[in-house]
Amino acid sequence: MSTAAEMKKTWLTPFNIIVGIILLVGGFVTILRFTKGLAGVTNLTDNYPWGIWISFDLLCGVALAAGGFTTSAACYVFGLKRFHSAVRPAILTAFLGYSLVVFALHYDVGRPWRLPYPFFVQSGTTSVLFEVGLCVFLYLIVLFVEWVPSALEWLGFKKPRNVIVRMTLALTIFGVVLSTMHQSSLGALYLIAPSKLHPLWYSMFLPLFFFVSAIAAGLSMVLFEGTLSHHYLHDKMDKVYLSEHDGVTFGFAKGAAVVLVVYFFIKIVGITLDNNWHYLLTGYGAWFLFELLGFVALPAFLYAIAVRERNACLVRWAAVITVLGIILNRFNVSLVAFNWQLPPAQKYFPSWMEIAISVFIVTVGLLVFRFIATKMPIFYEHPDFKEHVPHEGEEEEAPEFVEHELKPHPQSLGH
Amino acid sequence: MENAFYTLHDFFVFTKGSAYILMGVILLGILGFWLFITGRDEETFIK
Repeated sequence: MSTAAEMKKTWLTPFNIIVGIILLVGGFVTILRFTKGLAGVTNLTDNYPWGIWISFDLLCGVALAAGGFTTSAACYVFGLKRFHSAVRPAILTAFLGYSLVVFALHYDVGRPWRLPYPFFVQSGTTSVLFEVGLCVFLYLIVLFVEWVPSALEWLGFKKPRNVIVRMTLALTIFGVVLSTMHQSSLGALYLIAPSKLHPLWYSMFLPLFFFVSAIAAGLSMVLFEGTLSHHYLHDKMDKVYLSEHDGVTFGFAKGAAVVLVVYFFIKIVGITLDNNWHYLLTGYGAWFLFELLGFVALPAFLYAIAVRERNACLVRWAAVITVLGIILNRFNVSLVAFNWQLPPAQKYFPSWMEIAISVFIVTVGLLVFRFIATKMPIFYEHPDFKEHVPHEGEEEEAPEFVEHELKPHPQSLGH
Repeated sequence: MENAFYTLHDFFVFTKGSAYILMGVILLGILGFWLFITGRDEETFIK
């Protein structure tokens, strides 16, 4: 077979065709967005200045990227070293998640070239949004620095890699502080709109709800991402990662179960303190119960059963339901239950181009994740930078993959 | 009437009182959930 024919056969897979179409449509809508403005591609109005680019790309993106700080805090702050192999995939997911949040903001903000203004030109230090922006800005830098050792190991830069690895604990603590602040502040943003947000979702505990649910989302996202990675990137995982996988799965499932139960109860306390029980009998009440029972109580129960029965499959299902539940919650707070008193004709529904951009951004994230995870030491320890100390009776074995497939030759990189 | 509050003070007395009772129930609930979730840990370790 000729080389051209081989190339054609290799590239024309269903995955590549779908991704290609998404990227083409995304590129087309991007051009429209930046030539015709927000009005040209979105259904945003004065009643709904924030659409799905905020609800999905930002609120969901930030919550689902919480796996980075929860995993690194568990490993480095709380000393649960058995989760060490989960740290790099979680940090990578978080770093890409936050990068895509900032990327998506460029579409949503009217004049994206002015994004640095609040930090360097005109600081609105009394604004919650300023705090969110500053925390996301700083945390993105922290995540980049936390992720960089993987790239430096891949490129063979030992000295800078060792310097950054020594900063791990400080970076983790900084990351936990920043995450605590901005995860809760995203909920605090909606405290300004008590008359617009339905009473079942509005509460003085909104910052607490957002923070606690983000921890559950982060833990579940690590489990969800681990499941997908096991399916598609199994050959990139070394024995250490594979041997620790069950411990990570059930450890995180136990953590997520407890966090979800706590979240469920503080939501009940929120309803009690505002005496909103009578709203549960309305249509919005049914929707609220659907979210609370179907996507908080149910996964908590499934996680608990899965941990007791050591059922990894059930853990995965619970993780999927939790991730969907967090997405549903953020959509409810920012769109569905927002402006709940408006007549249906004035309610917001995204245009196909808004949805296309969100799909485009997620696809870009998936492609970058796949590129980094296949090239760099994310699911395995680089042979030149091994930190894992074999336990007693455990044989130290070489990874199954072929090293030259993963590490670029130094000359090919021009150094 | 069940949901009639005459002053803000009445409202807070009622809702805070309910919340305090609820918190007691929650503490017991979380304790029970923790015992349920860790119930078979020892069995696992013994194996």
